[in-house]
Amino acid sequence: MSLLSVDGLSIRYGDVGAVNDLSFAIERGESVGLVGESGSGKTQTALAILGLLPVQAEVSGSISFAEKPILGASEKELNALRAQRIAMVFQDPMQALNPFIRVGEQLRRILLQHGLAAGGQARTQVIAMLERVGLPDAERQFRAYPHQLSGGMRQRAMIAAALIAEPELLIADEPTTALDVTVQAQILQLLEAVRKDTALLLITHDLGVIAGNCERMLVVEGGELVEQGTTRDVFAHPQHEHTRRLLKAAPRLDRADIPTGGNGEEIFQISKACVSYVEQDRRTLQAVRDVDVTVRAGETVAIVGESGSGKSSLVRAALGLVPMQSGRVVFCGVTLAGLVQDRTGETRRRLQLVFQDPVGSLNPQMRVAKIIGEPLLVQEPNVPAARRRKRVAEMLEKVGLGEEFLARYPHELSGGQAQRVAIARALILKPGVLVCDEAVAALDGTVREQILGLLRQIQLESGLSIVFISHDLSVVRAVSHRVLVMYMGALVEAADNTAIFGDARHPYTRALLEAVPVPNPEHAGGRATLSGEIPSILSPPSGCAFHPRCPHARDICSAETPQLRTVNGTSVACHLAEEL
Amino acid sequence: MRVLADILRRIRQSRAAVIYGGILVAVVVVAFIGPLLSPHDYLQTDFDNLLQRPTISGAHFFGTDDLGRDSFVRTMLGVQVTMLVAIVASVVSLLIGVTYGAIAGYVGGRVDAVMMRFVDTLYALPFVFFVILLMVAFERNFFLIFVAIGAINWLDMARIVRGQTLSLREREFVEAARLTGASTARIIFRHIAPNLIGVVIVYVTLTIPQAILVESFLSFLGLGIQEPQTSLGALVDAGVNQMEGASFMLLIPAALLAVILLCFNFLGDAMRDVFDARSVR
Repeated sequence: MSLLSVDGLSIRYGDVGAVNDLSFAIERGESVGLVGESGSGKTQTALAILGLLPVQAEVSGSISFAEKPILGASEKELNALRAQRIAMVFQDPMQALNPFIRVGEQLRRILLQHGLAAGGQARTQVIAMLERVGLPDAERQFRAYPHQLSGGMRQRAMIAAALIAEPELLIADEPTTALDVTVQAQILQLLEAVRKDTALLLITHDLGVIAGNCERMLVVEGGELVEQGTTRDVFAHPQHEHTRRLLKAAPRLDRADIPTGGNGEEIFQISKACVSYVEQDRRTLQAVRDVDVTVRAGETVAIVGESGSGKSSLVRAALGLVPMQSGRVVFCGVTLAGLVQDRTGETRRRLQLVFQDPVGSLNPQMRVAKIIGEPLLVQEPNVPAARRRKRVAEMLEKVGLGEEFLARYPHELSGGQAQRVAIARALILKPGVLVCDEAVAALDGTVREQILGLLRQIQLESGLSIVFISHDLSVVRAVSHRVLVMYMGALVEAADNTAIFGDARHPYTRALLEAVPVPNPEHAGGRATLSGEIPSILSPPSGCAFHPRCPHARDICSAETPQLRTVNGTSVACHLAEEL
Repeated sequence: MRVLADILRRIRQSRAAVIYGGILVAVVVVAFIGPLLSPHDYLQTDFDNLLQRPTISGAHFFGTDDLGRDSFVRTMLGVQVTMLVAIVASVVSLLIGVTYGAIAGYVGGRVDAVMMRFVDTLYALPFVFFVILLMVAFERNFFLIFVAIGAINWLDMARIVRGQTLSLREREFVEAARLTGASTARIIFRHIAPNLIGVVIVYVTLTIPQAILVESFLSFLGLGIQEPQTSLGALVDAGVNQMEGASFMLLIPAALLAVILLCFNFLGDAMRDVFDARSVR
């Protein structure tokens, strides 16, 4: 008999169906991936298994765990089950941990609640568990509050909390989506290493994560199970149309159509850019140090790095949204004023930005027509209203939306549609450089493909230059001509697409590449070759900022800061670039 | 004009807005037209009928007060004054409070510090002392009450709007507008102000009852509306003194006050939905 069996599960909210006739089973000790796009009912299924659905949900079908029914069980029975026999790891550990209670205490209470250990013994058990999930100095972390831990450490604590009662089933809902790629690799390895006999239901949108971590997988679309099988079989011979679409949309490092062209003249330069912020306690945070960027006409330059690498600060300063401490921004031979409000119309309109959160970047109180038309109204107030409306409609068509969208409000748009509107707003002024700050990070795989296709098409048609900021190397692989890698506010490597992905010189770039999960069970990537996380930028390490995490570090690395120099046609800041 | 038509259409679609708005409009219409149709005057005393009970068929259908004046006419007069206080308080707190708070919040830095310290200074003034000063400096005047109530009401609004603006100005759609070259005024009035409407409407509906209560408090102290003029607050005060013999003198104005305050609150809830584009289906 299966550990968990879900039979004909349907969940409805009024007229809206979230999950429809879903059936699957999980055996003891097995790891199963549940993959689907947002809104496909993945999380609803997980909540149903834990008996955590909100009261307004109408549920039918049956769920049984170790031959006991879960649907219809009393709250008391469910409480005995949760944490002790079924545990959950959430996407955002900051939301899931209580900010007012020390981490160790939260774990200790789980043991005491379920009567699994007596007072003094519980503490020893918790510390042992924290050590098992790789929290350094577990005695001290026992007394830490959640906000004192880094994102990766918090997720480790969350996993410790989930596993402390040695449950039979662990449900992990997008456990690494909020984390950087090198930390993601560490956490996924940890999950596999510590779960022992615990069965795992791993919910994710990322086929790469499934490929490297699950024996079996389930594919859901619109609340229905469309395919299931062993991970190898599904990846090798996908049966359902939707699975094939997901696999095709998943960007891959190992094979990509690298864009060609992009060798026009240099139109945009950022030189010696430094950006710093003053913290509340008056310490200076040096977010960007001496970074040079050159962009040619019709070229896509990608800037990659983990969170805190300064990539967003760099472009926000270049756009004039935050002040630059020193450095110059030159567009077509003209040096631009520091802040956007001091720039004149012509130079101002030539640099535009597309944000990460498509809905948040549109004013919720304005209709689409007004949102796209506003830049025109501001920059060319003499254009008659009829002509302006015509240009807005043309622009909307260009980004692939029909006229019926003109009267919609942002909340009536899907993520992909909203991002198209944001692109239309940026492009209506005919900019020379379009900056995309994680512009596809919040979108589902198939929608991401469409948006990237749209950007590529516009670039080919109009010779637009794109600065593409991303933490996702597999997306960068598919869109960029050149790649700049940043670590702790400085450039560590800059080279052509093929050079970066084929022959990276900097150990950080290599570690990033190895950590990217690849949707291919045969060689899934996602290896964690780096330990630890990015140190606090308030107290950067001496010499090479990367040396504390670098597997090749030598004495010189902590003593001298490496400068960018050319090795085999690649600009790289590493003392050991020739040897590695 | 299209914007106005759009808002009117959305108000009509909201049942709650129509019902509670309708009640308020009805009360106001009766308050202004009723006294004109009545044979009595708010000053005229009828010494044969002191503290007469309300009757449907009789001459005084809200009864008379302890001086024999017609309660219906006086109550309607009170409603007029109370509504006027409500309107002045909300207009002042909307115009001055919202603009002041939005500018301080959006411009930020030193401007914000100076503007908000000024608000703090006004807050620190003891209100009753401030009103007495006004009364001493100027003639005792009907409009001074409005000035006094207006002067304190925009302070809270300015603080709340500033706080909201501080978080709104960090939002990405505001940055997008800055990048396209929108002026500061345009960003404040087109991007920030419309997104403040939810909070502002809710706060105005809290301000109105507060202003009405402040007015009756001032009247009670003898600093507000003076006899023979009256307001609902003053009528309730007078009614309290006659509570044992003629409870209707308390109950009628108190009930009207309650209806008006409740309608404002419910209307505020409905208006918040009307003005929020996100609630459009």
